[in-house]
Amino acid sequence: MSDKNMDMLFNSGVLTGEREGAILPPRELWEKKKGGVVIIECPQRIPCNPCHTSCPTGAILPFEDINNTPKVNWEKCTGCTLCVSACPGLACFVIDLTFSEENALYKLPYEMLPLPVKGQKVQCLDREGKSVGEGTVENVTQPRKDRTHVVHVSAPKSLVTIFRSIRVVK
Amino acid sequence: MKKIAPEILVIGGGAAGLSAAAEAASAGAKVLVVESDLRLGGQLIKQTHKFFGSKDEYAGTRGYKIADILLNEIDSFKDSVSILQNTTVTGYYTEDDTFTAMRGEEEVFQIKPQKTIVATGAQERLIPFPNNDLPGVYGAGAVQTLMNVYGVLPGKRVLMVGAGNIGLIVSYQLMQAGVEVAAIVEAGPRIGGYWVHAAKIRRMGVPILLRHSIKKALGEDVITGAVITGLNEKFEQVGPEEEIECDLICIAVGLSPTTELLSQAGCKMMYVPQLCGNVAQRDRTMRTSNPAFYTAGDASGIEEASAAMVEGRIAGLSAAAALGYPTEHGKIDEYWSRLESLRMGEAGARICQGIECVLVKGWEGASHE
Repeated sequence: MSDKNMDMLFNSGVLTGEREGAILPPRELWEKKKGGVVIIECPQRIPCNPCHTSCPTGAILPFEDINNTPKVNWEKCTGCTLCVSACPGLACFVIDLTFSEENALYKLPYEMLPLPVKGQKVQCLDREGKSVGEGTVENVTQPRKDRTHVVHVSAPKSLVTIFRSIRVVK
Repeated sequence: MKKIAPEILVIGGGAAGLSAAAEAASAGAKVLVVESDLRLGGQLIKQTHKFFGSKDEYAGTRGYKIADILLNEIDSFKDSVSILQNTTVTGYYTEDDTFTAMRGEEEVFQIKPQKTIVATGAQERLIPFPNNDLPGVYGAGAVQTLMNVYGVLPGKRVLMVGAGNIGLIVSYQLMQAGVEVAAIVEAGPRIGGYWVHAAKIRRMGVPILLRHSIKKALGEDVITGAVITGLNEKFEQVGPEEEIECDLICIAVGLSPTTELLSQAGCKMMYVPQLCGNVAQRDRTMRTSNPAFYTAGDASGIEEASAAMVEGRIAGLSAAAALGYPTEHGKIDEYWSRLESLRMGEAGARICQGIECVLVKGWEGASHE
C-alpha cells in the first residue's frame, strides 16, 4: 500500500503499524507473562487518563500532561483488565500468550448485545472489521460493573497483531 | 403579568448551566434555572458513552450518570436553587432589563434577575442536498433523543454524514441499538473526532469514507437510499458516486452556539470560526461586555462537555462574587488551569486560538477586583 493510502487508512481510524501511544510490549517479556499484558492503541493526544487512574499496579505510568499518549511499564502489568473496561475509547486490550501452545487469550472490551457466553464460537475481527479467524469465548467479565464487559477469547497466536474485535454470530 | 426577580438566572439546564447553578448556590446565591426541555441535563442525558478527561471532569463515567451527579449536587442546595422546566426564555428587553418567558404553551411571565448566565448550548448545522426534507433525514441530536431518551429506533440502516465526535459516537450508539451503519462520510481528509472513537467502529466493520459527502437522498415518500460522492481538495463533488441503501440519513456536521439572548442584551459579539460561530466577548470571569451577563458552555463556543462544566463553574462563581457573596480566593485561577489542561490536546489548539480572539483583559469603565 502506498504511503498516501496508509495515511488515509490511519486518518480514518485504523492503526497502520506501531507509533507513539500504540507500541507492542517486548516479545520476550510478553511470552512469559501469565495473565498477559496490556496493549494500548491510543496514538492521538487527547485529554484523558482513566487508564492510568484505574491501574492498580502502576503499570500504566502517570501522565505528566493529561494530553500525552499513554506509556506502559509491562514488567508491572498483571493483565487484570481494569483499564480495558475503564478506557472511554475502548483502546486497551490484554493479550495472554501463555494460554496454550497454539492459542493466546485475548481480553477485549465489549459493549454490544447480545453478550456471548462461555464456550461460544465468535468471529475474530481485524482493525477494519474483516474476519480473520474463529475464536472460543472462555469467559465474560464486567470488571467495573459499569456495563463495559471484557470478553476473553482463545484464538491462534498468529493473530496477536491483528485481532482486536469480535463478531458474535447470532 | 407575573414577574419574578431571582438573584441569578441561569438560562439552560445542561452541563454548563447546572454547573453554574451549583457553583453559585454553593457561594450562597439564590438561583433560578430555566430549562426549555421537559428534563434537566441537556445533552448529557443522551450520552451513553464514557467521558474523557480526568477525575475532575468525571472521566470514565457515562454522560447520563454525570447528569445525575450534577442533579444530586443541585439537590443539596434545594433551598437556594429553584428550577423551571418546560420553560423557554423567549426574549430580552433592554428598556427594562427584563426577560420574557413561557412555560408550556399557556403561561407567559417576566423575569428580572440581577445577574444572568446564558448557558443555552448549541444548535445543529444541517447541509443542503436534494430531498433532505424527506422523512428519514435527521440531525444527530434527534437520533440520540429518540434512541436514548425515548427508546425509539429511528431506522434500520443508516448513512452517517460527518465523522466528528458526534458522528462517531452516534454511529456507535446506533450499532448498540441494533441499527446497521452502512457508512460514515466525512468531507475532510481525516476524521474530526477522537481517533479512538473512529477505531472502535472501524474494527466493527464500518467504513469511514474520507473526502466524501452526500450528494442527494433517494426516495419518494420516505428515504430509501442516498447517493454519496467523492470530493476534491476544494470540497467540489468530483465523484466517484455510489448508491447506498438506507432508510435513515443522520447529519452530524457540527454545531453553532445559541446566542440570540446575548445579542439582544447588547453583549459585544464576534464571529470566531474556531468556536463555530458568533459568540460573546468575555473576560476571565466569563462576564460579557454587559456587566449583568455571563456566558458558559457551547453558547460561548463549541467544545467538549468537560470544558462546558468548568466554564459553568467559573460563570457561577463570578456571578455570585459580583453580587457580593464571599468566594474562595484563587478558585477561578484553579478552574482556568483545568481548562488549560483540557485544551492542550490536538483539538484544544484550535479552541485556544478561538478563545484568544474573544477573551478580553478587562472591560472599559469596569472597576478592578
